[in-house]
Parts: sequence; structure tokens; C-alpha cells
Amino acid sequence: MSRPRTHAEYLARLVPPSVAALPRRSLLAGAAGAGALLGTGLLAGCGGSDSGGSGGKTVSLGSNQSDPKPKDVIAKVMDGFQTSSGLQVAINTVDHNTFQENINNYLQGKPDDVFTWFAGYRMRFFAARGLAGDLTDVWGKLSGMSDAFKKASTGDDGKQYFVPSSYYPWAVFYRKSVWQQNGYQVPTTLDELTSLAGEMKKDGLNPIAFADKDGWPAMGTFDILNLRINGYQFHVDLMAGKESWTSDKVKKVFDTWRGLLPLHQPDSLGRTWQEAAQSLQQKKSGMYLLGLFVAQQFGDDEQDDLDFFTFPEIDPAIGAKALDAPIDGYMMARRPKSEENAKKLLEYLGSKAAADITVQNDPSTLVANTQADTSGYTALQRKAAELVGSATEIAQFLDRDTRPDFASTVIIPALQQFIKEPNDIDGLTSSIENQKKSIFTD
Amino acid sequence: MSDRPLIQADRAVPPPAATTTATGGRSPRLRLLSRTDRVVVTLMVLVPLLLVVGLVWLPALATVALSGTDWDGIGPVSEIEWVGGRNYADVIQIYPPFVPAVQNNLLWLAALFVVATPFGMFLAVLLDKELRGTRFYQTALYLPVVLSLALIGFVWQLLYSRDQGLVNALLGTSVDWYGDPDVNIWAVLVAAGWRHVGYVMLLYLAGLKGVDPSLREAAQVDGASETSTFFRVVFPVMRPINIIVLVVTVIESLRAFDLVWVINKGRNGLELLSALVTQNVVGEASRIGFGSALATIMLVVSLVFITIYLATVMREDRR
Repeated sequence: MSRPRTHAEYLARLVPPSVAALPRRSLLAGAAGAGALLGTGLLAGCGGSDSGGSGGKTVSLGSNQSDPKPKDVIAKVMDGFQTSSGLQVAINTVDHNTFQENINNYLQGKPDDVFTWFAGYRMRFFAARGLAGDLTDVWGKLSGMSDAFKKASTGDDGKQYFVPSSYYPWAVFYRKSVWQQNGYQVPTTLDELTSLAGEMKKDGLNPIAFADKDGWPAMGTFDILNLRINGYQFHVDLMAGKESWTSDKVKKVFDTWRGLLPLHQPDSLGRTWQEAAQSLQQKKSGMYLLGLFVAQQFGDDEQDDLDFFTFPEIDPAIGAKALDAPIDGYMMARRPKSEENAKKLLEYLGSKAAADITVQNDPSTLVANTQADTSGYTALQRKAAELVGSATEIAQFLDRDTRPDFASTVIIPALQQFIKEPNDIDGLTSSIENQKKSIFTD
Repeated sequence: MSDRPLIQADRAVPPPAATTTATGGRSPRLRLLSRTDRVVVTLMVLVPLLLVVGLVWLPALATVALSGTDWDGIGPVSEIEWVGGRNYADVIQIYPPFVPAVQNNLLWLAALFVVATPFGMFLAVLLDKELRGTRFYQTALYLPVVLSLALIGFVWQLLYSRDQGLVNALLGTSVDWYGDPDVNIWAVLVAAGWRHVGYVMLLYLAGLKGVDPSLREAAQVDGASETSTFFRVVFPVMRPINIIVLVVTVIESLRAFDLVWVINKGRNGLELLSALVTQNVVGEASRIGFGSALATIMLVVSLVFITIYLATVMREDRR
């Protein structure tokens, strides 16, 4: 299953208005210059990042950041590490999807000392199977990481196995100009959301843009409804296979969703998320629940018109403080060639220095380290960072929070089936439960 | 059919060689072969045999073996747990996409067999008439076969997109061609048929060019009409090509995969056995035991057709 790889493109396009007028090439040069000025002595490592090979002085990094912009940022961060530690980093970049699909073979073969991955069930699974190295002592030296991020980096045994680098939240996005024109107010409860959507329908808009051709976007809707109705802990347990899908709690989620479906854009199973985002951009839809990457479907001059709110509260006892915010970061192989060097690199990757280089060179990433200098953030980014910062619990998105085989071979067809026939909730949930039992056997 | 060239090669060896190497109990045919011949023949048998065994039979047997396990692709082979027929029971009892996949594969076969293949043959017969611009038509019809399926999927996506596609724009409709599970299989079959027609057309055209013209002349002299010449003379003569076209059609519908994979990874109305196997085995999911069970089912279905084909060909040879 593909994550929106174009997230990188989005990042590349999202440039603060103050510099948006500059041509891209000179901007890149400027950013590179800024990175150099930051005191990292960029020149020393320029272009030599792939040439490492001198025994104990090297660390290898397996990177899935294959798009030009993030690849460039990784190279710059590694240059920063080389100058601060004197160690060489050999970067081994693999196409994003290929990396993800081959991760099993990769980790069981001869993986690089440090590799890119994301927080969630899969990270904990690799840790439990002994395919990843314990990073608890690295965490002892990290500063600027929030407790929520530490929790997201912790394996089932209470040790840390992951160092976060960046993230993006899921929220409901809208165009300020459309809302001002029609006098819409941000809803804070489900009832307000429903009545707002009713108004939008009267005004000739699709209230909620929706697309699920690729199967994964609907997971975002399920996640947020489950988080709002049943809370974070139930969601995590459900994803881990510990709770039953036939319980009334899960049925209530589907039931609520069924009530909202008529307010969603129809025929969603043939539509890509890009097309749905364009309907928001073209002012045909009122709002859209998606990750921050939705902004890549908006022009540079429209970025200021884009705003979001977190999905409203459904149950006052649960509140609206939890959300999906997938975190990307790094893990260590089970047997790195030099554990000491690998840990040095990981410590650097989690540091303020690395986060600063990332923000300087890619002024749109939301970096995990809270001490990083984020003065270059746009208003939207700042708001996104605040939203995640104020979240009590952070989920990682369904396909990262559960077994990948369960997510892709059971949940995707099931959610598509629900969208087709929203009335047979009992049949659907018992079908999911039966398949879950055959998959979660150990 | 398959051993005929060998026999001819034997006869091609000059007779004097036979007298020099003749020694007692050997069969007369072997004595006709020189040493070089024997080495060449052995190599020609051994190399393909090893390739077939190593690349086809061993993996196929491994698939069958894995289908009785619940291996997730992680950990050594010794830790694989045997679960017997549970994967098969799961496939049939609790895996919702399985039944639609079998139906779609059959539908695929029927559509190619009833519509696309005869249409391709018809075009071949027309093009065989040496119309003006026949080369242009040939190229145009064959083009879809040359294009990569990923590209074809993309082209049809442009045509079929609900909000931005050409078909809806021209017809003024808002049919959800790829999303509506009642419609999308037909939309895809049009795309698949479009490609299959070109393939069959080319195969058949090649066959038609090989038909002895004197047969047609004789039929004409006897006063047969154009239609009856084709059905009573040309069609029966082309039996080998007909069988190949039939086999190609069956193979195409069994291995149909790429188009639906490009469109939506074989979900939501576009389930196919091959796509289900891929969903389960390839990629991060690594549900290898379960996917192998699906693959084994597919293998059994294919074996049915292969057996029928081989039986027909062998009976033919014996005559």
C-alpha cells in the first residue's frame, strides 16, 4: 500500500510567502547556503556522502526518502553529522514503496546500521521479533522530545526502539474564503458538524470531500470516529487484535459513520484523494478530512486560504484531544556493524541540530524535536504543530497501528464494502472478526 | 508434435556414420547419432529440464507446501508452523473477496472467448483481404499489445475518471466507471478486450497468410461462397492456430492481473485470483501461507486447462 509519496512534493512546494516569489533554483541555493551558515561546515562533506567505506569510521543508513527534495535534506543532515562526529555516513537510498514492501527481507538479511521507518504497531512488532536494536540509552541523551513522542517510540517491553524525526497531522481542512463567504463556523460537536454540512448542501456544496479508490483514505475516517467515540486506548487495543470487532463499540462507530455518509461526496470508490482534494480546491466541496499533505493540491497563492480544525467532539467524556499524526523516524538494525557509531548517529538524528538543518533546508517539514528553530513555519504549519503538541494521545494511522496483512487484506476491502453497503453492519463486523481471528494467531 | 524435429535430425545424419559406429545391442536410431550430436541433444534436454524444474516445478511445489503453513515471511524455515488445511478453509469460508474473484476470472474468460477472440479473428480475416492501408490498421490494432499495461491503465484512467474523465465528459453522464462495483468489471473488460483483440488478430493473420492459396482457388472453382470457403475450408485447415488462439485466450484470462492492479489493486468489484495472491504474498503484508493457498487453487484451475490442452495435442499426435 502506498502512502502519499507526493508528501515530499508537497513539502517542496510549501514555501513561506516571504520567499515564494524567488525562483526555485535560487531558493534551493539559498537554503543550502543557510544550512552551511548554520555552522555545520557543509563544504567538508559536499558530494562525498556516498563514498564512505573506511572500516570503523562509517555508519550505513538505509533511507526510503527517494524523492529529490527529502533526499537532499537527508544528505545535508548527514553532512552535519559528519562534521560534528567525524564519522562517515554511507547513504543507501531505496524507492519509498520498494523499501516498505521489502522490509521483511531487508531486516532479515544484512540491513544498514540505521534505517528509516515509522512509529506504530509495525515498529513494535520488529522490536518484539528482535529485528531492531534497543535505543533506550540513546533516549537518555535526547532532549526536546515530547512524552507523546516517547510513548510512540516505545516497544511492547517498555524500551525505546525508534527516534522520531518528522510528522504530519490528520484534520478537517477547508478554504477560509468559502467559509467566510457563507458565514460558516468551525463545529465543535458532531451535531454542529452535521448541521453545518446540511447548510453546505443547501448552498450547493459537497459537504465533505471523500475518496477511497486506493483503499487507505477511509481508514482516516474510521480512526478519527473510533478515537472520538471509544477513545485512544480502545482504538489501540482494537488495532492490536485484543478487542472484538463485533462489540457494540465498533458497531457504534460504523453506525455514526453511516449517518455521516450521505454528507460525504458520493461515488468515492472510484475517486483518488487527489481528485477529492481538487474538489475542495475548486470550491466544490466544503471540507475534507485528510493529512496535511492535502495542501499539495493547492497552488502557492492558495496556501494562505487553507485552514483546518480537528475533528469535533462526539462524546464529551472522551473529548477531542486524540488524533492521527503519523511519525516518521529512524530505527537501528539488530546487529549494526558498530553499535556505538549507529547510536551516535541516532542521537544526532533526534537532536535539535539535525532538526534545525531539516527545517532550514526544507522549510515545510514539521520536525519532532520541540527545541528546533521553527521560525520558518507557515501559519498552517504552526497551527498543525500546536494541534499535535496539544494532543493527549497520538495514533499513527490504521495501517501503521495494526498488522499490515490485516490492514491491507481485511480492512481495506471491508471499509470499501461498508461504503458500498452501509446498512449491513452486523455482517461486516462479524466478517472482519472472523478474519481477524485467523490472522492474529500469535 | 514435440519430438518430430529430433527424428528428422536423425535422418539428416549421413548413412555411412551408422555403419562405423554399429555395435551390438544398441537401438538402431541411437546409432545414427554422432558423439557431438549426442552431447548437443543431452544439453538441449538437460538445460531446459533444469530450468523448468528449478524455476517452475520447485517453486510450484514449494507454494503447495507453504499453503499448509501460516508463515509470515519472518524467521527461519525451521520455525514454520504447520496448520494443515486451515488456510483453504479460511479462503472458502471467511475470505469475502474469494468468490467474486472466481466469478470475475470466469467472466473474464467468457468475455474474451465469446467477444474479443472472435472479433480479433474477424479483423484478421478482413485485413487478410489486402485492403488499402492494411498496414496502418494492423499497426493501430496491434498497438495496445505493445504498450505496457501500466501505461494502458493510465490511459483508461484518463478516459474513465468520474469527475475528470473523457467518457463522462462526452456523454454528459457521471457514471462512476471505476468505483461502482457493478460497472467497473465491464469497464475493465472493455480495456482488456481492446488489447486482446489486437493480439488474436496478429496471431490469426499470421495463420491466414500460411494457408495454401490453392485450397481457396479450388473452393472457388467448386463454386463455394466466401463464407462457406472460410468456415468449411480455411477454418478447419487452421486447426493448429485455432488451438493456439484458444490456449492464449485461456492463459490471458487466468493470468489477467496488471490492468486491475493498476486500477485499484484488485479490490472493490475487480477481484481476480492473481490479484488476491499478490495482495497477500507480495509486499509488506507477507501473509505467505494464506497467499500460497490462493496460489495453489489457481494452480489447480490452470492444471485443468493445461491437461485438456495436452490431452488434445497428444491425441492429435498419435493419429
